[in-house]
Amino acid sequence: MTGVLSSGLKSRSIVLLLALVVILFLLDLGLGSVRIPVWDTINVLLGKEIENPAWQAIILKIRLPRSITAVLVGAALSVGGLQMQTLFRNPLAGPSVLGITAGASLGVAAVMLAAGSVTTAFSIRQLDIGGSWLIIIASTVGAAVVLLMILAISFKIKDNVVMLIVGIMVANITIAIVSIWQYFSDPEQIQEYVLWTFGSLGGVTNDQLGVLSLIVLAGLFMTFLLSKTLNVLLLGENYAQSMGLNIRRSRILIIAVTSILAGAITGFCGPIGFVGIAVPHLTRSFLNTSDHRVLIPSCVLVGAMLMLFCDIISQVPGSTTVLPVNAITAMIGSPIVIWIIVKRRNLKSSF
Amino acid sequence: MGSELQILTAKNLTVGYKKKQVLSALDLTLKYGKLTCLLGPNGAGKSTLIRTLTGIQKGLSGSVTLDGKEVETISSKELARKISLVLTDRLTPGNLTVYALVSLGRFPYTSWIGTLKDLDKELIHWAMEVTGTLKFADRHIGELSDGEKQKVMIARALVQDTNIIILDEPTAHLDSPNRIEIFHLLHTLAKDTDKTILISTHEIDMAIEHGDDMWLVMPEKNINTGIPEDLILNGALEKAFGSEQLSFDYAKGRFTRKSQLQEVSLNVIGDPIHVKWTKSALERAVFGSAEKSIEIEKVGEAIQWKIQETGKTFNSIELLIKHLTLDENKH
Repeated sequence: MTGVLSSGLKSRSIVLLLALVVILFLLDLGLGSVRIPVWDTINVLLGKEIENPAWQAIILKIRLPRSITAVLVGAALSVGGLQMQTLFRNPLAGPSVLGITAGASLGVAAVMLAAGSVTTAFSIRQLDIGGSWLIIIASTVGAAVVLLMILAISFKIKDNVVMLIVGIMVANITIAIVSIWQYFSDPEQIQEYVLWTFGSLGGVTNDQLGVLSLIVLAGLFMTFLLSKTLNVLLLGENYAQSMGLNIRRSRILIIAVTSILAGAITGFCGPIGFVGIAVPHLTRSFLNTSDHRVLIPSCVLVGAMLMLFCDIISQVPGSTTVLPVNAITAMIGSPIVIWIIVKRRNLKSSF
Repeated sequence: MGSELQILTAKNLTVGYKKKQVLSALDLTLKYGKLTCLLGPNGAGKSTLIRTLTGIQKGLSGSVTLDGKEVETISSKELARKISLVLTDRLTPGNLTVYALVSLGRFPYTSWIGTLKDLDKELIHWAMEVTGTLKFADRHIGELSDGEKQKVMIARALVQDTNIIILDEPTAHLDSPNRIEIFHLLHTLAKDTDKTILISTHEIDMAIEHGDDMWLVMPEKNINTGIPEDLILNGALEKAFGSEQLSFDYAKGRFTRKSQLQEVSLNVIGDPIHVKWTKSALERAVFGSAEKSIEIEKVGEAIQWKIQETGKTFNSIELLIKHLTLDENKH
């Protein structure tokens, strides 16, 4: 019967992706200003003693949190983008395009700039768990406010392209509010905020990483619970409703989960663009499926791969320079997407 | 089998929007195992009626009952097991295989993750077989023609396993062979599986040929019901679609422009099929005055058209008409 063969193929692709993630994860740990051999990296991870104790400290204290953050960022933004693309049935949708990231920025700006010197971006790194919750809540609420505005307008507008334009406009308004806020703020505060907008995977401490992992894992789990809903939404809201789906509740759930995922990541790592739009397309294109039960885990893996790869590049292996990760995702990712579109020519029908 | 069993009824129903009544005083019934065609011109309110019958939109007054229950009181989950829809919405998910799309029809029955059990798979297989979509089960939606897509959507509706299937303009984008095929398929389904099928359409000839029952949207914003032939003979169909320029040709069973209804004074004899099409061509070209007889005869394998008065012969109707037009212009 049909379907059996392809599902075998799909599970093989997922295993392949998983292997690639592991390889890139090890490379990310090993490469950087100091090069550490792969076997030593593995030994450190397994808890064995190695000859160079400095390497152990570098891996466990600096690189491991950053690599885990990269995996979380890739997974969360990709799955958020996937949900947005399915909900709006628009291949251009994604957390950054629809203004969710901008909303999260507004939330963070509100905390950083309004609270003055007490909570500057610099001190985010020294925040305790309570403080990290504050940032997460601020950026999630910011993201959710923008998404709810877009959602409210989407009840009036049926056309997806118009919806997207509205999303971009709302994002612009949000960015404008942030600029006005910046204009009236102290230079030091602005500098911290600007640094935050460059995006960084290295700023997350071990304590904060626990909070971030918890939120992202919960968000991914909730998305997976929504996979049947997302599948039926592929046919459009009218069909979904005729099959008994509660459209309003589903919309709110999807938007809530996306805000949490994108909001938490943006709060800690800055507005990281591109990943949310590109990864769902790459995944659909490689696996040739629209089934969310396959797409969600695959997007997690492809997203993690892309972020790990970008992190390796941004560390500029062999040098002490570190480039802002936000620039790298777009610089590395965009040519990949263009190459895929030109090569496979199925992006248009892939949605 | 109680063939006259009513499954869905509307009593004194008015549909429309706050500011505007679209259709009123509707008394309608859908019967088990029948194909009903909701026929009306574009913009007559067919879609609004369908939305009201399926509980998506509230009626302004009156009631709709499904299996003895008010349709508005039925939850959307329960409704999904009673009525399935085929809509005019365009399909965008090009990466979904036909099989995956059809199996989405099991949505109201499967678990939270949507795993298909053997029973589900059997039903999907059956639905794809009767709609003729099994042969492209592994293809992607984006690769299908409009006709194939429509069959896939019908298969999806069948998989939803409801007693009633409602289709909104299912043949709107299709070419003529596909239209005939879809109507035939729906008629067969109604007959063989005892499904109750309602189609909204503006295709008069299809509705007359395939519909067991007809709901005819009238200019007075109400609906006449009956079997197609009764509605033709009591003049309702002509009233529904006719206008100053358009009238129903009762002999031919189709609408024609009034100016074309001029009878041909030419006498055509020969094989009945050839006579029919010759007359049809001559009517279009409009000949009035000249009294002529045309004989159609077989010469070996070929057909010849001969004007008896002059003895001239032609190999095609086109040449015959050319000659006659020239002839007429001389007069």
